[in-house]
Amino acid sequence: MTFFSHLKKAAIATAFVLGATAVHADEQYFPLQSYRVGPYAAGGTGFFGGFIDYLNLINIRDGGVNGVKLTWSEGETQYEVEKGVEVYERLKSNPGIAAWNPLSVGIAYAMIDRITDDKVPLITINHGRTDTTDGRVFPYVFPLLLNPYSETSGIVNYIASKEGGLDKLKGKKIVVLYHGSPYGKETIPIYELLSQKYGFELSQIEVPHPGNEQQAQWLTIRREHPDYVVLRGWGVMNPVALKTAQKTGFPADHIVGNVWSNSEEDVIPAGDAAKGYTAITTQASGEQYPVVQEIVKTVYGAGKGNLEEKSRIGSVYHNLGIVNGILNVEAVRIAQTKFGNRTLTGDEVRWGFEHLKLDPARVEALGAKDLFHSINVSWDNHEGDGYVTFQQWDGKKWNVVSDWIAPDWKLLRPIIEKSSEAYAKEKGIKIRTAEDAEAVVSN
Amino acid sequence: MAVQALDAARLPIDWQRLALPVALIAVAYGLIPAYASSYLVEAILLPFLALSLAAVGLNLLTGYCGQLSLGSSAFMAVGAFAAYNFNLRVEGLPLAATMILAGISAAGIGVVFGLPSLRLRGFYLAVSTLAAQFFVQWALTKFGWFSNDNPSGVISAPHLAVAGFSLDRATGRYLLSVTTVIVLTALVWRLVNSATGRNFIAVRDNETAARVIGVPVLKTKLLAFAISSFIIGVAGVLWAFTYLRTVEPAGFNLDRSFQILFIIIIGGLASIRGAFLGAAFIVIFPLILSRLGAFLFGGLFDSGVLDMSQRIVLGALIIIFLIAEPNGLSALFDRLKRRIGSRSS
Repeated sequence: MTFFSHLKKAAIATAFVLGATAVHADEQYFPLQSYRVGPYAAGGTGFFGGFIDYLNLINIRDGGVNGVKLTWSEGETQYEVEKGVEVYERLKSNPGIAAWNPLSVGIAYAMIDRITDDKVPLITINHGRTDTTDGRVFPYVFPLLLNPYSETSGIVNYIASKEGGLDKLKGKKIVVLYHGSPYGKETIPIYELLSQKYGFELSQIEVPHPGNEQQAQWLTIRREHPDYVVLRGWGVMNPVALKTAQKTGFPADHIVGNVWSNSEEDVIPAGDAAKGYTAITTQASGEQYPVVQEIVKTVYGAGKGNLEEKSRIGSVYHNLGIVNGILNVEAVRIAQTKFGNRTLTGDEVRWGFEHLKLDPARVEALGAKDLFHSINVSWDNHEGDGYVTFQQWDGKKWNVVSDWIAPDWKLLRPIIEKSSEAYAKEKGIKIRTAEDAEAVVSN
Repeated sequence: MAVQALDAARLPIDWQRLALPVALIAVAYGLIPAYASSYLVEAILLPFLALSLAAVGLNLLTGYCGQLSLGSSAFMAVGAFAAYNFNLRVEGLPLAATMILAGISAAGIGVVFGLPSLRLRGFYLAVSTLAAQFFVQWALTKFGWFSNDNPSGVISAPHLAVAGFSLDRATGRYLLSVTTVIVLTALVWRLVNSATGRNFIAVRDNETAARVIGVPVLKTKLLAFAISSFIIGVAGVLWAFTYLRTVEPAGFNLDRSFQILFIIIIGGLASIRGAFLGAAFIVIFPLILSRLGAFLFGGLFDSGVLDMSQRIVLGALIIIFLIAEPNGLSALFDRLKRRIGSRSS
């Protein structure tokens, strides 16, 4: 052996020791690409607030996950892709990263190649690129609970249940008003497919970002005279849609909001115009759930709460952040049962997410009964069959108005696989098997 | 006068003037690939290079030829989407050819939207180039063919390779970027020191006088639009393929056009060096501020408050700076050099 190879070994050994002492052996780190300013700040503060509140709850109440402390730091993205990439590059060198949770489709798209190289999970709860549901092609991307196609199917199923069955949809007219962005356009083909399948008339109208002027779109809607309008909005577009609907005389209780048009921040600015408006959700709002109560008592009681306005505790985005916290923490806990109670690698946490099975009993044990239904992620199904429910705004708060509804996963899976396989071909990705998924990189 | 100055600068080979570029090239190819961290490359150098190149392109049009344009990011979008489609639809097309074809596509669109410049000037022209901004974004969103019928309209960058060498890693993408920028910048430098470059300046300084002395004004303006859009189009390819690795039409919005315009105003109009200095300022300064802010006040305020205060600081600095030195960073740089020179002699 040459002198240099010895030197190299010594250097690696030193780096390893230094690295190991720098990570305090038992810490799991969450890099947060949050957005607390800019047009989408309401969503960002609520979601990241809820996520941080739950991580704090685990640290304060349980001393971490089986003794492994949870840590995090934030970088502001303003929901902009370039800033998201910058924050990613800045935070990715931190040790012990569990998973990324950007809550932005644009940023998530830009990260797919990067996190796949790094072998660290990317969680896009309730949103993201639909075909990442196919874990065979996207090993590290998890659109947990609800991907855009399932959401579409859930909304159509709900409208059908209001009309008295899927066969009653025939001849009905539905307008989809969507945000002019990758997120907004993601469901165009699936609404078309469902319209052919169930025979309802469909018209999809784009609202250019950010959507604070919608007179023309709503005049078109008035001319078309649909039975239902599906609002696929985001941020300021939502209250403006509801107000403009009122002005043009379209009834709010025939507008169904999608999962990013379902928060208090979307309806309160619309005032009276929002009364009767219904929206889909994967997690109910309100603070009556035991886990939310514990956060109020333990985290806000200790003055460590993340939300500035306590009135937003239990709001839709805050509860989504809490549910996101539960899913991330449980994935780490499940991975620990296999790999030991220590700081896990990103790939080990990926294994945890691929075995993230929380049945209603486990959800109840976590204090989240009725907050969300259940999840059942596997190596090839990265969405995990989330159930949806519908809530109606009464002018003051959201009230649940439906049971837990299952989207038509069987119908959607072949379309998802077609898309993901095309992606695999374009990028030259080898399609993973169940054995590949069990091979885990543990440093 | 400007023409004379350029002539004088051109005649002898001035080694002193070449020292800095040579040193920079040595750093770009030697030190950075060997030692730079992934953060430096991915978050700072790649956006810096793409924006610098776009600014060089716009500076040719606005700084040298005097045609104000707000369509830069539209031409970037044309370049990015053209490169994606050429790569997708023409089997085995080399990367260099893809980039050149993308540039030519952008140049074509540039000429079309440059036509109003034959009648319009100044602010009126700026407003008419806005049409490019809106039209291109609309067309790319409207017709699914441009994004290969991807439902969300977002395309991801293809595998990058030159002569069998994969350039997908950060260093490879950086080398591709830096080489493209150096080659195109060298060509622009040659151009502005040539007869065509002098025609650009003549058109800018006094269109009537230029016509009188026999400069083909119409041809010159369209040529400026074509070359400028070519370069901006290639910058769009770099932005999409080497930096973000994903492209959506909304990513090339009016904000980006303004950003590039601010780069050349802050850096210095009609100066190639200014484009680089301005891009460095716009890319790096907010990051320094944000890191400094997080370091000093991270515990006291949340990231939102910090971000807001950075914007205020940045805005104030730009105003102060432009009052102190209206000719931009490039002029400031010269002044600094003179001062150091006079002190040492």
